[in-house]
Amino acid sequence: MHMLVCGGTGCRASASDAIVETLKSELAAKGMENEVQVIMTGCFGFCEKGPIVKVLPDNTFYTQVTPADSAEIVAEHIVKGRKVNRLLYTDPENKQHISDSKHMGFYKKQLRIALRNCGVINPENIDEYIARDGYQAIGKVFEMGAQAAIEQMKKSGLRGRGGGGFPTGLKWEIASKNHADQKYVVCNADEGDPGAFMDRSILEGDPHSVIEAMTINGFCIGATKGLVYIRAEYPLAIKRLQIAIDQAREYGLLGKDILGSGFDFDMELRYGAGAFVCGEETALIHSMEGERGEPTVKPPFPAESGYLGKPTNVNNVETFANIPVIILKGAEWFSAIGSEKSKGTKVFALAGKINNVGLIEVPMGTTLREVIYEIGGGIKNGKKFKAVQTGGPSGGCLTEKHLDTPIDYDNLLAAGSMMGSGGMIVMDEDDCMVSVAKFYLDFTVEESCGKCSPCRIGNKRLFELLERITKGEGTMEDLDRLRNLSEVIKDSSLCGLGQTSPNPVLSTLDNFYDEYIAHVTERKCPAGQCKSLMQYVVDQEACVGCTACARNCPVNAIAGDRKKPHVIDTSICIKCGACIEKCKFNAISIQ
Amino acid sequence: MSHIKVELKKEDVAKIKEICKAFNNNPGELINVLHKAQSYFGYLPAEIQEVVAQELNIPVAKVYGVVTFYSFFTMIPKGQHPISICTGTACYVRGAEKVLDEFKRILSVSVGETTPDGKFSLSCLRCVGACGLAPVVMVGEKVYGRVSPDGVKDILKEYE
Repeated sequence: MHMLVCGGTGCRASASDAIVETLKSELAAKGMENEVQVIMTGCFGFCEKGPIVKVLPDNTFYTQVTPADSAEIVAEHIVKGRKVNRLLYTDPENKQHISDSKHMGFYKKQLRIALRNCGVINPENIDEYIARDGYQAIGKVFEMGAQAAIEQMKKSGLRGRGGGGFPTGLKWEIASKNHADQKYVVCNADEGDPGAFMDRSILEGDPHSVIEAMTINGFCIGATKGLVYIRAEYPLAIKRLQIAIDQAREYGLLGKDILGSGFDFDMELRYGAGAFVCGEETALIHSMEGERGEPTVKPPFPAESGYLGKPTNVNNVETFANIPVIILKGAEWFSAIGSEKSKGTKVFALAGKINNVGLIEVPMGTTLREVIYEIGGGIKNGKKFKAVQTGGPSGGCLTEKHLDTPIDYDNLLAAGSMMGSGGMIVMDEDDCMVSVAKFYLDFTVEESCGKCSPCRIGNKRLFELLERITKGEGTMEDLDRLRNLSEVIKDSSLCGLGQTSPNPVLSTLDNFYDEYIAHVTERKCPAGQCKSLMQYVVDQEACVGCTACARNCPVNAIAGDRKKPHVIDTSICIKCGACIEKCKFNAISIQ
Repeated sequence: MSHIKVELKKEDVAKIKEICKAFNNNPGELINVLHKAQSYFGYLPAEIQEVVAQELNIPVAKVYGVVTFYSFFTMIPKGQHPISICTGTACYVRGAEKVLDEFKRILSVSVGETTPDGKFSLSCLRCVGACGLAPVVMVGEKVYGRVSPDGVKDILKEYE
C-alpha cells in the first residue's frame, strides 16, 4: 500500500510535511511502517481542497487533511479498510461523497500529459520516474538520430508553452543548422506571470522529465551544455531539481557518454533575481551572463547568437515536459489531440473567484465554459461571472460572450487576449475592470526594464490615465487617449513585454466600455471597488443607534447618540468598510 | 543611492572576497555572487558592492545597475521578521490590497520600509504560487493563507 501526500508549495504551506510525519508515526505505532509507504509527491492540482492525501491501490482521495487526521486515516482506512467519509470530496451538486478522483468534476475533463507524473511519483527518487517509462525517450532518440527526432517534433505540432507559441520543432531545426564549437540548451523557468504556477509545479513534481527533454534537445541540436534559469523565489523547485540532476549524473544519464551513445551532456542552474522581463529570451540570456536583464533586438535570434554569443535554444518548462512523451508515443498520437493549429494539451493555473482553484491540464480546444464551470466548479459564493483574464499582464479580459470559444493560441489572440503562460484568473461582479486594468499597468510600469521609451514612458502615462479615471477625474478624451497611446506602445516597443502590455487596457475598453463611461460621466464605480468614488451612508430609518459602527471606526468618523441614528462624516471617512461589517442591521450602504 | 553608511569589518571584506573567488572572480557570475552575498549579509549596501566590483574587475556602476534592476536584491536591511504580501493577480482579486493596507496601518510603515525597532519589514512580492490559499502573506519562510484584514493582528501577535 502507498499513501501519497501532496508536497507542492501550496499544500506544504498547509502543513503537509507534518502530515507525512504524523502518518509515519501512526503507522509505526501500529507496526505497519514496512507495509505502507508514505511518499511526498508533487502537486495534485486540486489546490482548493489541499492538503491532499491519496491512498493506493484503492485510489482514495482525501481532501483538506490536517496532521490531526492522520491517526483516524491509519486506524480506520489502513487497519480496518473503512474509508474516512468526512475527509472525502463532496460533490457540490448531489452532496454525495466521491472517493476516486477520476469521478470528480475537477478531474473528469482533464488530460494530463505535461503533468503526467505530478502527484504520482516521488520527485526525489529517480527510480520512480524510470518506472514510469522515464529516460526511455532519450534512448529512442539515440537510436533514431537527431534529424529524425527533430522531424518528429515538427510533425507533432508542439508550440512553445511559455506564451509565444512558436513551433518547437522549427526552433530546434534552426538551432541545429547553425554551426559552432559550443551550443547551449536553456530552460526558461523564470515564471514571472503573477497567478501562474505550472512551471513550478512541474519542477517540484516531475523534475526528471525536464532533464530528459533538455538532454534530447541537446542531442538534436548538437549542444553539450544545458542551463536552467530558475526563479530564486522557488526554493523547493530548486532543491528538487538539484537532487534530480545529481541522481541523473549518478545513473550516467547526465555527463559523459550517456547510455553508451558517445554523446556528452550536463547541466547547471542559474538563478533569476526577480525581473518579469527576463521571461523574454534575449533578456533572459543577458541575465544569465550576469548583466541587467534587458532585451535586445531580434535578429540575431538566440538560435544564431545566444548565450555568450553561441547558438542557444530556449524553451519553457512545460514545453520540455511534453517532449519525452511525444518521442515515446509518436508525433501522430500527439497531433491527434487538440485543435487544428494548436496541438496537445495546455496547463492552466485556475485562480481568483472560482470554486476549484488549482492546476489543470486540458486538451487545446476545450472551451472556457468547460474550464470555468465544469472543472472550476463555477463562481465562488454563487456570484455572477464577469470576466476571465488569460495571459497575465500581456493578456486580456474575456467575457460571457467568449465563454464558448475553444481555447487555443489563435482563438485567444483573435479575442484580444493571449495564451501567455497559462494563468487564468476568474473575476466576478464585484471586480471593477478599470481597476483590474490599472492593477496590470502598475505591474508593467514596475517591471518595464526601461530600455525603450514607448514601454518605459508610455505605460507610465497609461497608468496615470487609469488612476485619474478610478479617482473620478477622468474625461471622455482620456478614454480616446488610452486607446491611441495603447496602439502606439504596441506598435513601437522593443520586446514582447511592451508589445503586449496595453492588452489589459484595450480588452477592457472593448468589453467593458460602459464601466469606463460610468467612471467618467457619472463618477461612479459600478462594482463598488474604486474608493474615491464611494460614499458610506447610514440609513437613518434602519439605524437603531447601537453604536457598534462608531466604536469600530478606526478614524472616529461616525457620530451619534445612543439609540439615535448615526451619521458618517465623509470628510474624515477612509472608506475602510469596518462599519459595514459590524452593522447588524444593514443600515450602512455604499453609494 | 541609500544613505546608510556601513563600516565593513575585515572579516566581512574577506568573506566577500571568498564568495567572489568561489566563482573564479568571473564577471559573468555577478548575479550568483550577489545572491550568495545577500544570503550571507542580508542586504547589499554600497560598501559591499564596491568590494564585489573590485574583485570581479568591473565598474561599481555596473554592480549597482544589476542590484537595482532585480527586485530580489535589496540595499536596505530587512527586518528581523520580513513580511511579504503577495500581490499577484489571484491574491489581488481576493483582497490582498486590504490586507496590505492593514499591515501598513498597524506597523505605520510603507512598502519597502522597516519598522524603527528593526523588527518587521514590509514588502510585496509577485506570486508565491500558492494561489489556492489566496490572499497569501509570508513572514520569513512561513506562509499564511486566506488572510483577512482582521487576521493581520493575530499574525503579528505571533512574533511579539
